Amino acid sequence: MDFLRPAGWEEALAAKAEHPTAVPIAGGTDVMVEINFDHRRPEYLMDLNRIGELREWAVGDEHVRLGASVPYTQIMEHLRTELPGLALASHTVGSPQIRNRGSVGGNLGAASPAGDAHPALLSAGAEVEVESVRGVRRIPVEEFYTGVKRNALAPDELIKAVHIKKASGPQQFSKVGTRNAMVIAVCAFGIALHPDSRTVKTGIGSAAPTPLRARVAEDFLNAALEEGGFWDNGKVITPSIAKQFADLVSGACNPIDDVRGTAKYRRHAVGIMARRTLGWTWEQYRSAGTTLEGAA
Amino acid sequence: MRVNFTVNGRPQEADDVWEGESLLYVLRERMGLPGSKNACEQGECGSCTVRLDGVPVCACLVAAGQVEGRDVVTVEGLADYAKHRADAHPGDGCASGTCGTTIQQAQRWQAKSVKGTDSQTGEGDQLSAIQEAFIDAGAVQCGFCTPGLLVTADEMLERNPSPSDADIREALSGNLCRCTGYEKILDAVRLAAARQGRQEEAV
Repeated sequence: MDFLRPAGWEEALAAKAEHPTAVPIAGGTDVMVEINFDHRRPEYLMDLNRIGELREWAVGDEHVRLGASVPYTQIMEHLRTELPGLALASHTVGSPQIRNRGSVGGNLGAASPAGDAHPALLSAGAEVEVESVRGVRRIPVEEFYTGVKRNALAPDELIKAVHIKKASGPQQFSKVGTRNAMVIAVCAFGIALHPDSRTVKTGIGSAAPTPLRARVAEDFLNAALEEGGFWDNGKVITPSIAKQFADLVSGACNPIDDVRGTAKYRRHAVGIMARRTLGWTWEQYRSAGTTLEGAA
Repeated sequence: MRVNFTVNGRPQEADDVWEGESLLYVLRERMGLPGSKNACEQGECGSCTVRLDGVPVCACLVAAGQVEGRDVVTVEGLADYAKHRADAHPGDGCASGTCGTTIQQAQRWQAKSVKGTDSQTGEGDQLSAIQEAFIDAGAVQCGFCTPGLLVTADEMLERNPSPSDADIREALSGNLCRCTGYEKILDAVRLAAARQGRQEEAV
């Protein structure tokens, strides 16, 4: 094994082009587990910790540009207003020690369907900025996940940043696990209300081969909210709409049975989380102008 | 490969480090500092918690090569780190090499209570407030989780001198203990916080 220590981004891209099998390591919270347990012996390990710009973020007019290795702790502490869903999801990652090292770039690189950031990114709306010596491209996060632990990165590409739409309304994240800390999600759900476009977006975690949006459920809910004038009149969403939404979200799942839970349970629990988080966010929207912050 | 980094305030060098090796392995097996414990090797238990540039991390998940040029504090250097935070450099750590704990001191580190009864040799370092509190509260049973808890709790009290119970639970949520059921550990952290508060009032 060789240990590559690029001092800057250009050097990292050059090294990745020269050694496409190099495994990037930032927080190490996934990569080191695989190495410690001998599940993986990469030819090259490439340390990204020396690249300061990957740990920076910038809040723009519409988006937050989040460097790939910004630790979850920083997201919780500094981006709760702009990215409430992601801040909530960040708070459920591992433990303080893990959140001090782990990052959204790592979640995307690992592309585990159970990654906590994914439902929040999907529901908020995000693009992944990836780069190689050949150039830069921005991939909508929906298209970034291509299979179980597979993503759209080419072998010579590295994740540089994620561009996440700033919240224009309430967001929520919910996760099922056996305790509050150190839990890999049995299943998870993210929801974001976008009053600016009068849409609701969703993200399902750990209940399909990839993280995904429940698009049929979104379409149904968006039409129902529009038809009933809910965005304007701020009425309580009727139980029948909420139930139909939850059922459709459940139907979007394609889970498996594994050690953490059964497919049947996951499908059920995702539906429950969808109904609850819709209720919470809609209540927050109705009592408009109050806090949009996540409780992270 | 060779890795140069600061351990407990003193510059150190580790040779023949395998590229996939963890910081934990380097500390325990190459530097003779077994205070940081090796248990789960996957970041679940917190027994290997050290401070990397001041931030609590699981040493088992940091690749040794990643600490090149960086600053690590282990439980062996905790007492000195806490002492200098309080005395020499209030609110700050020490500049590399000026204070700190030598590798020899760290290797033969033994607890010496303020009451002076714990060390048979009398050579041990004076304990930090959090270490004293763990003893006084009876928060140590088998002791395996203790080093990680001490490092984690000390960092929390540095950041948040008067934590609520919820703050303490959250800060320690990445450290598993299988003996005491956590109650006495929580007592110890509350005790350290209270003593810290009293000391500040007295100043």
